Formats: sequence, structure tokens, C-alpha cells
Amino acid sequence: MTFFDLARRNVSRHWLRSILAVTGIAIGVVAIATLGIMGNSINLMFNDMVSDVGDTITVSPATRSGTTELTKRQVDDITRAVGANRAIPFATTFDSVTVGETKSGAMIYAIPAKDIPFLLDMEAGAYPKDTGSGCVIGKTLAENNKDTGLKLGARATIGNETLRVVGVLEERGMGFDINPDSAIVVPYSWYSNHYDKDTYDQVIVKVRDVNDLDAVKEAIEQKMNRRENVVTVMDTRGILKEVFAAVDSITVFLMGIGAVSLIVAGVSILNVMLMSVTERIKEIGVLRSIGTRRSEVMRMFIYEALILGLVGAAIGGVLSFGTGYMMTAVFSGNPDYFFNPTSLLYIVFGMAFGIGMSAVSGIYPAWKAAHLNPIQALRHE
Amino acid sequence: MPVISFDAVTKVYPLPAGDVVALAGIDLAIEEGEFVLIMGPSGSGKSTLLNVMGSLDVPTSGEVTIAGKRISRMDDDELTLMRRDHIGFIFQQFNLIPLLSVVENVEYPLILKGRRDVSRERAEEVLAAVGITESHFTHKPGELSGGQQQRVAIARALINDPDFLLCDEPTGNLDSKTGTAIMELLGRMNREEGKTVIMVTHDPRMTEYADRTIRLVDGRLA
Repeated sequence: MTFFDLARRNVSRHWLRSILAVTGIAIGVVAIATLGIMGNSINLMFNDMVSDVGDTITVSPATRSGTTELTKRQVDDITRAVGANRAIPFATTFDSVTVGETKSGAMIYAIPAKDIPFLLDMEAGAYPKDTGSGCVIGKTLAENNKDTGLKLGARATIGNETLRVVGVLEERGMGFDINPDSAIVVPYSWYSNHYDKDTYDQVIVKVRDVNDLDAVKEAIEQKMNRRENVVTVMDTRGILKEVFAAVDSITVFLMGIGAVSLIVAGVSILNVMLMSVTERIKEIGVLRSIGTRRSEVMRMFIYEALILGLVGAAIGGVLSFGTGYMMTAVFSGNPDYFFNPTSLLYIVFGMAFGIGMSAVSGIYPAWKAAHLNPIQALRHE
Repeated sequence: MPVISFDAVTKVYPLPAGDVVALAGIDLAIEEGEFVLIMGPSGSGKSTLLNVMGSLDVPTSGEVTIAGKRISRMDDDELTLMRRDHIGFIFQQFNLIPLLSVVENVEYPLILKGRRDVSRERAEEVLAAVGITESHFTHKPGELSGGQQQRVAIARALINDPDFLLCDEPTGNLDSKTGTAIMELLGRMNREEGKTVIMVTHDPRMTEYADRTIRLVDGRLA
């Protein structure tokens, strides 16, 4: 028989009350773990969606420059400024696309043919050439237009000129430079002739060594913005940081909701423990009178709170596997994110928080019990 | 050397309506092996005297020496250890721990002393000595009669081999026959084992077991 035994027996003596307290903790743990996992899954989903653009710098006309285009000369300056790194200029437009009898609209990216392989991967077919009249289409566009015949080998009329679809791009996901999944990519030479334009919308700079990112940015700034702010230079790493910071905030917010439910559960433990102390005042008086020290009484009550917390956390932890898996599947569409260690860690965190919360909730009642006056406690009826 | 000595002990409870003097300059000494009754009307200070003797309370002034140690300036832990190691409490309402079995109740004070290795064996010995049969060892206190519960409480008080037993009306909740049996048991402990017994009672019939009676009136020895 130990103080732990005494605590355990007291927990089972009031089994209904204990079950209710344990249920509260279990629900709290499930809430905090599941919402944490949900937030983390969203984070992981974003991570996967955003293509590997950590090495990318985008250069676009500055908002205050009064123009939305970059001239050929500016692009050449940028190309020189970035040295051995590859500068890929591109222009965009929106135009009607007719395939057979079906006419619709699509986003069109015009990229110098020699640069396309450095930016995009092909799933089928070949890259378009400057000399030919070929184009490539995004994966989503191809999938969505199976019925209309917009596929590899098809003839598509853009504006009033017909191009052949020579390739289908690999799915690229959401990017911060270009999003070609639902678009058509044409060689810049064709675009320039067809639309009679020689300007660009943006330049994408692929930096060979990510560590050089800041230096390359600085070089562009030095070259272009020395006198006035002509271009805006952004690196996707910075943009990503902001996106992930926002996603992290969502996770923290979701976990905050979970934490509130766990705090409520903690209050219920506090209540149960205070009831336990009040009911056992005389018993505490007897224990103290026959030689139980304050610290020992305190330990006994802390153990009680811990037992409730441990059982609740264990049950909550097990349930979190189910709810976490379900939530991940529903919100991210990919249940595999649940098995990512960063997701599973939230179950451990939820359990630890539950146990900690229970222990903290037990401190005041335990202190109260330990500091009862033994004489008054003995007289208590 | 006396087991307990009081030297000009006072105990004053400050209350908003004015101080209440519970003990007013008590001098007394209780020798080892004595059987002492403490009697007096309600409000005479019996309970306060018992609390101070039991190291549950400390005097406002004067000095109390228990088992050779002065308790006036002891902190809570020291007073608790004094109770655990030197005093055996027997209450009117038995005050056994309902969560523990009979034998666990008895071994509890020995476990507090860290003697888990011998606690069960010693508890069984003491229970047998107070007349509790083995078949009752695993029962919960609520499953026993009042007399049996008080025997268990006596066993609990004896397990740490205290310097004295402090009894607060130990027969007050028992019928007269069972009360007599309990008094016989305490008398035997006193005579045969040499245990010092201090008992607060209202019952004048108890004097036949005692070596002497301390009478209190208004916080003073009468």
C-alpha cells in the first residue's frame, strides 16, 4: 500500500465522477491533437502543392513605374545582372482557343523556346521550337478538355492562327512564378509575331545555388533600381515563408480551440479534486494526526489528478488516431499526411498537455488538503 | 523522566469578541507507565489539553516537553513526526481509513516510517494482540462492529510502539459491554505492556482503570 495505491483507490471509489473527469480530458486531448493534425496536414498539403520554387527570383515591373511590362533591354540588363544564373522572361495573355467546334478561353504563357525546358517538365510529347508552330498544354487543361479534343497532336486555334499541341506538361502544382497547369505555353517568338509585341511581363531567375539568392537579388536591384524603382524583385522563399507563417497561425488557432476544451476539462478535474478534498476533510485530519506529512498528503492528491489525467490522455491519444486520420483524409484528401511524424507528434503533444493540465489542476486542491488544520479537520462531520 | 511535562502552559484563542483562554497556566507531568484520566465539564479545556499533548497544537506560552523534546517551536513537519513516532491516537469515532483494509489501516503508520519490509507482519501481530482474528484482516472497516473497529484503531495506535496512547473518549461510541471490553484491553496494555495511557472521558466509571485523574475547570487544574 502506497500513496499511489490510496490515490488509485479513491479514484475508483467515485468511479462515475472519475469517468466524467477522464472523459473531459480525453475529449480535450482528442480536440487538441485532431485540430493540430488538421492544421499540420494543411501545412503538408501546401508544402506538396507548392512546386520546388525555393530557388526562384521573380522580377516584375514596379507598381509605381507606370508600366506593367518589361522591355527587351531591361530583360537583357537583368540577364546580365544575374550572371551565370538563368533568367527566363515570359509574357502572358488570355485568348480564345478553338478546337474543332469548341471555342473557349485560356491563359497563354509565352516563353522563349530555349528556356522552356529549364522551367517546365513534359509528361508527353516534345518541347515546342522557336521555328515551328507548336504549343504545349498544361496537365489540368488537357484533363478537363478530353471531350473537346484538346490533347497531344490536336490542332488548336489561338486567336486566328492554328497551332499543333506538341506536348503535355507535367502537373506543376501551385507556383509563385507561373501556373501552367490550366494554361497553354507557346514559344515567345510565335507570341511576338502573332500579337506584334516585344515586351515581357516578368522575368523568372533560377538561382543555381540557393545560398546565392540574396546576392543575386541584390545584383538585380543594383542594376535596375539604382536611380529609381523600376522593378520589384521578389524571392519565392520569402513568399513561401509568409504563406507557411499564415498556415502555422491557422494551426496555432486550431490548437488554441483544442486547448480551450482541455482547459475546460482541467477545470472539471479541479472541481472533482476539490469535491474529493471536501468530502475527505475528516479522513485528511486522521491521516495528518497519525503522522502523515503535508507533502505526503499533497502527493496523494496530485497522484489522484495525475491518474485521471493519464487515463484520460491515454484514451484521448488512442481516439486521436481515429479522428486525426479521418480529419486528415477529409481536409487534405490525402490520409498519408496523418502518418507524417510531424502530425503524429500532435498526439504526443495533446497527451502531454492533458497530463500537464491535470497535474496543474490538482495542485490547488492538493495544497488545500495538505494545509488543512488537523484539529479542525478531525472535528469535521 | 516524565513522558509528558507541562510547564506554565497557556493556550489562548484570539477571537473577534475577545480572547478565549483555553488553558491557563497548566503545570503537570505524566510518568511512563501511568494510566491518567482527564476529566472536566464541557469547555474546561480538555480537548485543547489533548491537542497539545498530541502535538496537534502548540501552546501560546509555557513549555511542553514530549518524549524529551520541546514542541513549542517545532514546525509542522516536526510536529507530524512527533505524532507519528511517539504518540498513538485513539478516537471516539475510531477514525479508520475506509479505503484501506483492516490490516492496511494498522500497518499504515509503520509504512509512513518507511518500514514496509516488516509492516504487514507486525500489523498482524498487533491485530492478534488486540483480539482481531485473521479472518477479519482483509475486511474494510465498515464491515466490522464498533468494538472491532476500536480494537483495530488501538492496534493502529500501537504499531509504532508509541511512548503513550492518547485516547479521546474511546468508549463513547460503544455499548457498555463493548466499552468495558475495550477498557479491559487498554488496562491490559497499561499493566502488562507498560504502555502509558492518557484518556479524556466524561464517564466517572473509568476511574477504576486509572492511576490518577486530572480534573480541569476553566482551563486550570482543579
